[in-house]
Amino acid sequence: MFDIQKIRANFPILNRSVNNKQLIYFDNAATSQLPRVVIDTISNYYTTYNSNIHRGIHTLSSESTIQYELARQKVANFIHAKSADEIIFTRNATEGINLIAQSWLAPNIKPKDEIILTIMEHHSNIVPWVLLNKKYNKSSGVYLGDKIKINFLPLTTDRALDINKLDKLLTKHPKLVSLTHLSNVLGTINPIQEIIKKCHEASALVCVDASQSIAHLPINVQDLDCDFLVLSGHKMFGPSGIGAIYVKKRILEKMIPFLGGGEMVKDVSLDYIMFNELPYRFEAGTPNIAGAIGLGAAIDFLNSLDRTEIIKYENKLNKYLLKKSSAIDAVHIYSPLNPNLNAPIMAFNVGDIHSHDLASILDKEGIAIRSGHHCAKPLITTFKTSSVARASLTFYNTFDEIDKFILAIQKAKRLFRI
Amino acid sequence: MNIYREIILDLYRNPLNFGSIANADVVLSETNQLCGDTLNLFFKFKNNKIDLIKFNGEGCAISIASASILTEMLKNKFKNELSTITSQNILDELGINPGPTRFRCATLGLEALKKII
Repeated sequence: MFDIQKIRANFPILNRSVNNKQLIYFDNAATSQLPRVVIDTISNYYTTYNSNIHRGIHTLSSESTIQYELARQKVANFIHAKSADEIIFTRNATEGINLIAQSWLAPNIKPKDEIILTIMEHHSNIVPWVLLNKKYNKSSGVYLGDKIKINFLPLTTDRALDINKLDKLLTKHPKLVSLTHLSNVLGTINPIQEIIKKCHEASALVCVDASQSIAHLPINVQDLDCDFLVLSGHKMFGPSGIGAIYVKKRILEKMIPFLGGGEMVKDVSLDYIMFNELPYRFEAGTPNIAGAIGLGAAIDFLNSLDRTEIIKYENKLNKYLLKKSSAIDAVHIYSPLNPNLNAPIMAFNVGDIHSHDLASILDKEGIAIRSGHHCAKPLITTFKTSSVARASLTFYNTFDEIDKFILAIQKAKRLFRI
Repeated sequence: MNIYREIILDLYRNPLNFGSIANADVVLSETNQLCGDTLNLFFKFKNNKIDLIKFNGEGCAISIASASILTEMLKNKFKNELSTITSQNILDELGINPGPTRFRCATLGLEALKKII
């Protein structure tokens, strides 16, 4: 049985107040909150075995190495990777995509290559590809044009990915298709398995941005058969500053290192460098050890929940949120209104109230929402507005909180005389 | 303090000096990267003095109200007086303290103005 009070009791921050009101945290797509067990795990690391990993002989180093590598195994198990060697720790999903762009795509680029992104991507799944695509004159620095073609898969009128157009783009045999599993603005869950199958039939590799989906859906990289997958710890109830990527081993073996430094080398002399084994080759410098161990604890926490029940509960929350919000005059919702299954993420505006003003007014009521372009400008532009408000919920949010959110929206309307 | 005072909401709905000047002498633009707000200031000078000033753009209530106040304050100012207006002047006029997260909304017009000073 899904006991919401029992779940909420795990998250100490939910007890705080903001502007003398009980906090209602509806900004989970930006950063989710940490259960007590994750905070305690990080605190325990710093209190009892803080030390550098891998080369230390002493007890503390041995303990931190074991816990760090255990965390890698937990990530691998959580997304059902074949082996922990396929998991590389990064700072976040953004760094993960940069790593894939620089270590895999850049060295393999050939003129006339194409890649496909989608209009609903977060900037983190656009800019790293665009950056490496620019060609500059080596001596003058003058921009010479693009190395390859980057195509953007458009959306249908109901803001889903236009799969028919994907078929057409795939006839050009692109090298890579990189796309989000779950839109951070709309909450839309993309038919990722079907897309990956199509892409593989056209010999394109697929990179899945699981930053949002990892917090809402079970993920099995072997079933999906994706080639790359990126995630961020702070969006899955773990700490910030830690993320991970999954890369199929046969691809990873051929990738060149992203960053150079200690830990990623086996041997260094003045005239040669021998890279370390996988996956250490891609983790230069002392990593975020506490972050990785904290992420492992967040995964343990998620595994302790009944995720089927969570999906059902979140779907009910989403339907209630959409129903209550769409019943208010002047509320314009950009997220799909009648989805079979969506994450509880709603993009919306209220009359002519700018989303920043709305966020300020809701903050006075203790409600945290996000406003602006949500690092997804190409998508927001299709809404024919410059900014939108977003309420993003998760399994510790409640129907009662939605009711209070609705009252706050009505208050904002009265204030702006709408 | 409530930052959504009557004056802010009035100026949001009925901004002062809103529009553009077709044959402006100077046009200054500024955007707030955080939220995508844009602001354009149009100036027409006569004898080194502002003869006509307009603004347009897209933004929140705080930024539109602030731009209204700024353009009011700039009217009839000499070119060399443009730097005398501070963010505090605007906030005092609006009677609000927007706090660090909304400060940039209130000073978008001033940021644009810096480009001429």
